[in-house]
Amino acid sequence: MNTSLSVRSVARALEDVADGLSRVRIWHMLAWQEIRQRYRRSILGPFWLTISTGCLVAGMGPLYSKLLNQPLGVYFTYIAVGFVLWQLIAGLISDCCQSFINAEGFINQMKLPLTLHVARVVWKNALMFAHNSVIVFAVLVFSPPPFDAALLTSIAGLAVLLFNALWVGLLLGMLSARFRDIPQFINSLLQVGLFLTPILWKVEMLGDWRWFAIANPVYHFMEVIRSPLMGDGVTAQSWMAVGIITVVGWVVTLGVFAKFRARIPFWI
Amino acid sequence: MALAIARDVVVEFPVYGRRQQSLKRSVLRAATGGILATDARDHVVIRALDQVSFELAEGDRVALIGHNGSGKSTLLRVLAGAYEPVSGSIRVEGSVASMLSITLGLDMEATGYENIFMRAALMGLSQARTRDLVDDICDFAELGDYIQMPMRTYSSGMLMRLAFAISTSVSSDILLMDEWLSVGDASFSEKAARRLKSRVDDAKIMVLASHDMALVKRSCNRFITLEHGLITSDSTSYPT
Repeated sequence: MNTSLSVRSVARALEDVADGLSRVRIWHMLAWQEIRQRYRRSILGPFWLTISTGCLVAGMGPLYSKLLNQPLGVYFTYIAVGFVLWQLIAGLISDCCQSFINAEGFINQMKLPLTLHVARVVWKNALMFAHNSVIVFAVLVFSPPPFDAALLTSIAGLAVLLFNALWVGLLLGMLSARFRDIPQFINSLLQVGLFLTPILWKVEMLGDWRWFAIANPVYHFMEVIRSPLMGDGVTAQSWMAVGIITVVGWVVTLGVFAKFRARIPFWI
Repeated sequence: MALAIARDVVVEFPVYGRRQQSLKRSVLRAATGGILATDARDHVVIRALDQVSFELAEGDRVALIGHNGSGKSTLLRVLAGAYEPVSGSIRVEGSVASMLSITLGLDMEATGYENIFMRAALMGLSQARTRDLVDDICDFAELGDYIQMPMRTYSSGMLMRLAFAISTSVSSDILLMDEWLSVGDASFSEKAARRLKSRVDDAKIMVLASHDMALVKRSCNRFITLEHGLITSDSTSYPT
């Protein structure tokens, strides 16, 4: 087996990514198919997720605003946006582990770009997020953010998040296919992640423990999307962190993908 | 232009999660199946294809013959492009129709009609092309109004009829089959056999893995025998 990183293998990896992303019709259909199967014959379908998130926010918002001594209005927006984003991010990370494992049937029988299976996972989560974001809109009606260019930052932040989800899906998908303990490990990490990430609490409350949030990559992605909606600016630090993660993540992933792409069918 | 050239193709499946110690540094030869061996890093591997070389040209009707686990299906998957060889090279030119799993990607919650578009997309057909074919596919599958019903309401026979109708709706240069497809009750299976025959005739190259001696003698003109992943014979007459 030739495992050295040749120009040819990198080119084929890039080709796989481009080809996979370009087959919009297939990954869109497969993503819908998965959502439909999960909510088969349910009347509200994916809106059940919206309802459960809504209940969570409605229940925890007032309680935690009291516990943490925060003004209810602003805090409510903060955790509503935070929760919806967390569900997107946690859902992406958790599903990304299964991106290749769940596509076993396709990968072993058909010639399809592997990136297509990752695009499907990312798009499925984006569609779920679209349902869930009803909560964000509902909350923003009550405390509207300043409608200015900053709002575009949120949308750009979301796009960057999904772009990053693609490399996470390729990398975690590969690692999980080869080492089956990884999905279990990631899932236990995600459970505690909800509490370690500034969703219920704010970074200011950390005092001289601020580094704890700053060291958390998820925090920066949340910041670039959430802050503009709260009427705050995004810090240069968060943009820089997001930029570095995007570049380093893609470079490392493309290297690993180039090296092991052809092995993936044999791992699942 | 259709051709398929394999040069020293090796495919190995690593076996993870097995206790490997007992197999380390030993090579076992079983009655069926690929050769169990260990690779450079002492992983147990199954060598499913071992230095397989051949050239398929237009007009070839190839029968892959061999025991269970001799590498027939693996070779079909290499030709379909799902597996890349560990070493050696494979070159396939021409459009490939793979009949290896005709129900893959079907969604039980979607209607038969929607599934036609799903499968067609997986087969690489454009939406416009699918729209041209869709009436013909519906007619062929003889599902009537059921075509607008969720597929979970179908009997297994109906499902296979639809899957068959979609998969055989277009001709390709290279046709791959793992056992001859046969679906439906008496009257449908006759119609299906005619359709499949015409697709096979349209194809420039056909590769069929089968245990049915009479069938391959009838429909093939080249016979490749695999044993433990090795080609043991490649001739124009059925090996005796």
